Amino acid sequence: MLTFLNEDFGSPSSMHRFGTRPRAALDDARTQVAALINSRPDDIVFTASASESNNLAIKGFALAHRDKGMHIVASATEHVSVLEALKSLCVLGLEYDLVPVEPDGTVHPDKLAAAIKTETVLVSVMHANYEVGTIQNIKELAALARRYRVPFHSDGTAAVGRIPVDVADLGVDAYTFPAMSVYGPKGAAALYLKRGTRIQSLIEGGFQEKNRRAGTEDVAAIAGFGAAAAVTKAKLPEWSATMTKLAQRIFKELPGKLDHVLFTGPVPPETGPESAKDSVASRAKRIPGHVSVVVEFVEGEAMLLFLDDGGIAAASGSSCSAKTLKASHVLLAMGLPHTKAQSSLVLTMGKDTTDADVTLFLEKLPPIAARLREISPLYAKFKKGEDPYAVKPGETCEDEHQAEHE
Amino acid sequence: MYSEKVMEHFRNPRNVGEIDKADGVGEVGNPVCGDMMTFYVKIDNGILTDVKFKTFGCGAAIAVSSMVSEMAKGKTVDEAMKISNADVAKELGGLPPNKLHCSNLGADALHKAIEDYLARKNEGEKEGCRCPYCDEPVAPPGVPCVPCNVKIRYCPACGKPLPKDSEECPECSGHDAAGREAAHQ
Repeated sequence: MLTFLNEDFGSPSSMHRFGTRPRAALDDARTQVAALINSRPDDIVFTASASESNNLAIKGFALAHRDKGMHIVASATEHVSVLEALKSLCVLGLEYDLVPVEPDGTVHPDKLAAAIKTETVLVSVMHANYEVGTIQNIKELAALARRYRVPFHSDGTAAVGRIPVDVADLGVDAYTFPAMSVYGPKGAAALYLKRGTRIQSLIEGGFQEKNRRAGTEDVAAIAGFGAAAAVTKAKLPEWSATMTKLAQRIFKELPGKLDHVLFTGPVPPETGPESAKDSVASRAKRIPGHVSVVVEFVEGEAMLLFLDDGGIAAASGSSCSAKTLKASHVLLAMGLPHTKAQSSLVLTMGKDTTDADVTLFLEKLPPIAARLREISPLYAKFKKGEDPYAVKPGETCEDEHQAEHE
Repeated sequence: MYSEKVMEHFRNPRNVGEIDKADGVGEVGNPVCGDMMTFYVKIDNGILTDVKFKTFGCGAAIAVSSMVSEMAKGKTVDEAMKISNADVAKELGGLPPNKLHCSNLGADALHKAIEDYLARKNEGEKEGCRCPYCDEPVAPPGVPCVPCNVKIRYCPACGKPLPKDSEECPECSGHDAAGREAAHQ
């Protein structure tokens, strides 16, 4: 990878000798990245991020198929790069519908079918959700879209590197995934586009990536992406078995160590212990090594800071931890009230996470939660037998936060 | 992301808790926003002798609450009312721009608690919860005023305290709402 920042600095598009090795590296990476998802190398478009891939898919399909119509269907729990791309197309007259999700985060095929119109030019449903771990039945949903002759895009950011992905088997027309999903460098990502798919390039003025994305490719990052994809393809079964086991420990052991926790996303019925009984028992699949949990009466960011002090890096869907200051749209779409969405915690285990790391987390979290509950007025209300989540009519804070941003 | 001072207050918040029989309570924020703060104040002779809080919120919200409580303690009501969100943010060595609203919440919650105290005081004066003879606050009806040791007599018709040497209630002249004369006890 580093050689393309030093000796082999040439552009892959150059005809002279300095372009030869970068061009070969790009070809190799394309083959490796394609192999990871069982696509043809020519069907891979390199981009700079999964957000860019999602934008290219949404905007590129909408702009290329304006003759057919201007309507897109997506799920309510898509990544913001999909949702915001949809919003920005409204100035061009695009209409879109967001399909509501079930309490476990899955999209019901009937609800998806109901949203498709004759003018629909694309259906976009993410393969797995980064926040609650839900794996969608993409094969079924893509087949359904195909029956209506509507192309199907899936954002695979949270799926690739955790579960085996075969785009041919899934039957998708476009598929997003970044190098980061396979421990590759930031700055490289891919959009798979099935052969013959019509799409409008968003960056114009060059022939790179078969006219689908102009601009000299980041050869170093892409070479790293290729190498990382090859390693991942070989190691995935082993990694995913370990990650599954580690996550399973948290599902089983955390409720015994901490009360008032609620797992979000699909929770296998056999692991739904009594103290986390409000969790949604579901047979839908979760990605390996992913746990999302609401620790009631405690705000997410405060937990993240204390966990970080304890050597544990986690994430949250609370509005305080988000730069937008809004609670996670994913949790809200799954029917969680604002108050509980504020208390969410997301833990992901990777290839290098150990049993000892999980033990450390299981030790650290309960005292952190207890300490923050001691400070929490919500917990005080709960202890007094009052409803801690009572929201008075008209209570919102949209205006307040918007004012702050202006 | 946060200054050392913010993290220090977040890790070791001062004055966490509730005050039993607080003179004023102020609650701001709501569950939708993600931040909720409740401030409790104890006020003696116009001085905030004790300030406590409970907060549901991020690191900044907890640090702000702690800082506000420290800044307000020992101040007069007027001084405490003048503590602004900018003062709080400054004392904390700055806050990230998207967390400045947390400092608003802290100052607001304190001010709300003081306003609650002032309103209660006002209400107390109006409702006769003060001894009509010496003007000190008194316990519930029927209990002798401790400072002047006079058993307060109340109008049997309207329940208001009677002037010291009078049987006639200045509020209702001894007649209840229906105009009937009430029997004196």
